[in-house]
Amino acid sequence: MYLTREEEKVLDGELGTGYEKMMRILVKMGEIFGAERLIPVKSAQISGVSYRTIGDAGLHFLKSLHGVRVSVPATLNPLAFDDDHLKELRVDEEMYQKQMEIITAYTDMGIKPTMTCTPYYYDNVPDFGEHIAWAESSAVIYANSIIGARTNREGSVSALASAVIGKTPEYGYHLKENRKATHIIDVNFEPEGEDYPLIGLFVGSAVDGVPYFRIRGDYTDFKLMGAAMAASGSVAMYHVESITPEYKGALNDNVERITVDRNDIEGFKGAPVDVELVAIGCPHVSRDELRKIAEFLDGKRKKRGVELWIFAAKSVMDRSDEYVNVIRKFGGKVMKDTCVVVSNAGKIYSYIGTNSGKAAFYLRKEKFGGAKVVVRDMYTLLRSVIE
Amino acid sequence: MIVRGKVIYPGVAKGKAVKCEKPVVILGDVDAKKGTVEGCGNVKNKILVFPRGAGSTVASYTIYALRYYNTAPAGIIVENAEPIVVAGSIIAEIPTVDGIDLSLIKSGMLVKIENDRVIIPD
Repeated sequence: MYLTREEEKVLDGELGTGYEKMMRILVKMGEIFGAERLIPVKSAQISGVSYRTIGDAGLHFLKSLHGVRVSVPATLNPLAFDDDHLKELRVDEEMYQKQMEIITAYTDMGIKPTMTCTPYYYDNVPDFGEHIAWAESSAVIYANSIIGARTNREGSVSALASAVIGKTPEYGYHLKENRKATHIIDVNFEPEGEDYPLIGLFVGSAVDGVPYFRIRGDYTDFKLMGAAMAASGSVAMYHVESITPEYKGALNDNVERITVDRNDIEGFKGAPVDVELVAIGCPHVSRDELRKIAEFLDGKRKKRGVELWIFAAKSVMDRSDEYVNVIRKFGGKVMKDTCVVVSNAGKIYSYIGTNSGKAAFYLRKEKFGGAKVVVRDMYTLLRSVIE
Repeated sequence: MIVRGKVIYPGVAKGKAVKCEKPVVILGDVDAKKGTVEGCGNVKNKILVFPRGAGSTVASYTIYALRYYNTAPAGIIVENAEPIVVAGSIIAEIPTVDGIDLSLIKSGMLVKIENDRVIIPD
């Protein structure tokens, strides 16, 4: 791999061991993936924030980077709780303290404590064609597919390395030729509601590549579909004909065809149960989703025995006071900084309804509590929490 | 016999090989507090030999945790390095070499890593 003199100096430790390690990670990643050089990135989105995930060892490592600073705008993934809802989320003192130490270690490096998986709404908004280094698979697939920015599926540490160095090795989805479709997905029905995340779960499990869809939907539908695809598999980009920005020229004659029938997605839906918790916001909801929820709930009464939790970026909540207030008045909770998966809600509730295929994918796992999860569209879920 | 690979993290390390035949799902298979890899054994001060890492990339912190809990292998030999092992072995400062034909190494052999070289008993 070609390195500039400046890059060589960092790799030789001229700026200290913290920078040396970060540069070494990028160079070795470039070598194993056959990159020819490092290219500048405009931003980084960093995962590995929750104390439950990275533990004392992760905290120790982040503290060891004392003095290291990021060189491009960098934002953070959600963590284990919203500090306005510690009781409901059963957060103990140790968890709270350790989590705060992790956030401080990140902010000391100059990273913004956004704590959202949807930085692309307000906190960290890439442009078409920009190179970025993002972790958080749902944000990666959104940035590549809906925005047309360019990122690989970075890991927690490689995204941090890119944030510090301001560069990433040039391979994978940074190169135009790797962004073309590898599969055509023939969906044999007109998708609506929960079909989008369910199609996502199915396609993610069936395709390792860049799927090309010919379906209609809005950005929320595709956000949910993409997040599910990225969770059940390793998909980092897809095209939707006439909708996503790079669909033109993405197809060639060699692509594989995959058919999706209603039967294929039924199994992901979950058998009907009386849910104890309805969770919306995986990925975090947009201002538009908050508006729709508030308009539906306005003036209605909440049913007893079922909770409604909505998860959003703080930056989205701050711009949506009028909607947040309606939802709270109804008796729902609107939480920032966390989500239904990382907050351990799956260990508090055993029957959960969500419009997120991604949340269902994780919450059904033993590690996250093994809850019974039903995937339904947002309005069906909201109807189940009103009297 | 001396075979050459590619350095992921430089250094010299010597120890008994603990070989995993299958890719290691690091977040699930590695218990950092005990220093064990499920299905392979205890790796503390040994040379951990495996085809490649798999699963969530946040697992680089699990490799760091082996160092943190003082249970780390002395060195790592992999056939195909991927991002978890690259980032993990660098932040944990574990001498690691990539691109080695694992059929040459059996569990229990005394092997030595010297940067990009692996010395295996004949």
